[in-house]
Amino acid sequence: MKIKQVSVFAENTKGRLLAVLQALEGAEVNLRAISVSENADFGIVRMIMDNPDKGIAALKEVGFTGRLDTMLSAEIPDVPSGMLRTVVQPLSESGINVDYFYAFLDQEPGTARIVLKTSDDDKAEKLLKNK
Amino acid sequence: MIRHPHFETMSRSELEKLQLERLKKTVAYVYERVPFYRSGMQKLGVNPEDIRTLSDVARLPFTSKLDFRDNYPFGLACVPQDEIVRVHSSSGTTGKPVIAPYTQKDVEVWAELVARSLVCAGMTREDILQNAYGYGLFTGGLGLHYGAERLGATVVPASTGNTKRQLMLIQDLGTTAISCTPSYALILHETAQEMGIDLHQSKLRLGILGAEPWSENMRIDIEDKLGITALSIYGLTEIVGPGVSMECPHKTGLHIWEDNFLVEIIDPATGQVLPYGEQGELIITTIDKEAQPVLRFRTKDITSLNIETCECGRTMARMARIAGRSDDMIRVRGVSVFPSQIESVLLTVEGVEAQYMIVVDRQNAFASDELEVWVEVSEDIFSDEMTQMVALQGKLQRELDSVLGIKARIKLVEPRKLARTEGKAKRVVDRSELPQL
Repeated sequence: MKIKQVSVFAENTKGRLLAVLQALEGAEVNLRAISVSENADFGIVRMIMDNPDKGIAALKEVGFTGRLDTMLSAEIPDVPSGMLRTVVQPLSESGINVDYFYAFLDQEPGTARIVLKTSDDDKAEKLLKNK
Repeated sequence: MIRHPHFETMSRSELEKLQLERLKKTVAYVYERVPFYRSGMQKLGVNPEDIRTLSDVARLPFTSKLDFRDNYPFGLACVPQDEIVRVHSSSGTTGKPVIAPYTQKDVEVWAELVARSLVCAGMTREDILQNAYGYGLFTGGLGLHYGAERLGATVVPASTGNTKRQLMLIQDLGTTAISCTPSYALILHETAQEMGIDLHQSKLRLGILGAEPWSENMRIDIEDKLGITALSIYGLTEIVGPGVSMECPHKTGLHIWEDNFLVEIIDPATGQVLPYGEQGELIITTIDKEAQPVLRFRTKDITSLNIETCECGRTMARMARIAGRSDDMIRVRGVSVFPSQIESVLLTVEGVEAQYMIVVDRQNAFASDELEVWVEVSEDIFSDEMTQMVALQGKLQRELDSVLGIKARIKLVEPRKLARTEGKAKRVVDRSELPQL
């Protein structure tokens, strides 16, 4: 399935994560997952929210540069080799690389949900649909 | 169109004759009235009678911004206070500001020069000029205002700020020309986009832009985004304000109104006068002012002069786009660069906006070899993938190295609208005065 991701550019300095979260609090947006990719200067904060449109508007309002992307997402059973069998192996066998990913607990008990960006999201989506 | 064909298309020899006559008059006038000029000339052993040819101007002492401060407020004025009808002032970021007094004749001559400049840019009395320069002590606001009125155009005295209202006025009044800083022109576009307004659909066709240095790439960017012809206007508080020189639509340099301003180019390090065509610091002597004429003012602006007749028919010298300020010149491992050069390189990389800052470390002598360029991350260049962001950083770094031969550290930063909302954008910032988020 597809899921909307909000990402913002944040300098790697004191108080920036706080500013992100405060903006979301002000808009009463609930964060369901968050992941940061960072270097010494800056980070890219990627988030899954209950209301991504409202979330990104609130972040832009306080001056963040952000974007809204439609991401690929798949359910993973909470069992040994779950991620390997349902996601990574099929993608690998089809020659698709994973650019980045992160996972969070699904609202459905016993499953996790993975959000990922791949070298070929369309092809990856078809593969994952059959799982 | 040419407003004053007699002056603007005069032969060089006729013009030089006029300039010499006016120079002699000015030198005698300030020598008699201003102790600062008299003692300065005496120190160099020059009398007013020694000015026999135009090149004798090089025998006169220079005047610097500091001299204005030292003689604050009216020490350089030539007339008693009751003859002064208006006073303008520079922004004065450090210490006392520069005071510029005008007599009745001065304000009239100035308005004519601005009107001449606007006609040179292609404006007529049919135009509606929205003047988004600051009104008040700054020469930009009232200078453009009275010049445009003198031309007979419709003036909308919008002044600075309140961008949403500016856009409303542009649309509702059918504004055809806007006068503002180049960075504000980009803010107008940015805000228009946010509001879902396409400026290409408006009647806006011309920008009279100045009061800060900008590059040719920035011009292309502004023209493209706003759907206008963007022309450069130049002036200084010490000299008169805007209307010292103006570009015509041929965009081959700014026409200097030489019947009023005698110009030279010098080597900023030695003070030696350089021949036409060479790049150096612009020196201006006013030759038709009453309240506060200035001898050989060091503008600190780096440019070159071209005296060939322009395609528009004007014979007056054209100055090249300002390459930078002799003060702003940054030395990185022995290579001198101007912020404008860095800007043009940044703009060649797709999606990169003109919003950047050059961070120098003046407190720390050892760090003077290091240059850091902060580039604001706009939506156009932001990616959710780290590899893309790092690739952009690397690309900018390599471009600066290959085009300018400087090693700069590119730092991607969050937008800080601070540095450009009010008037002039500050491009070179000392580490100790970096704007916080």
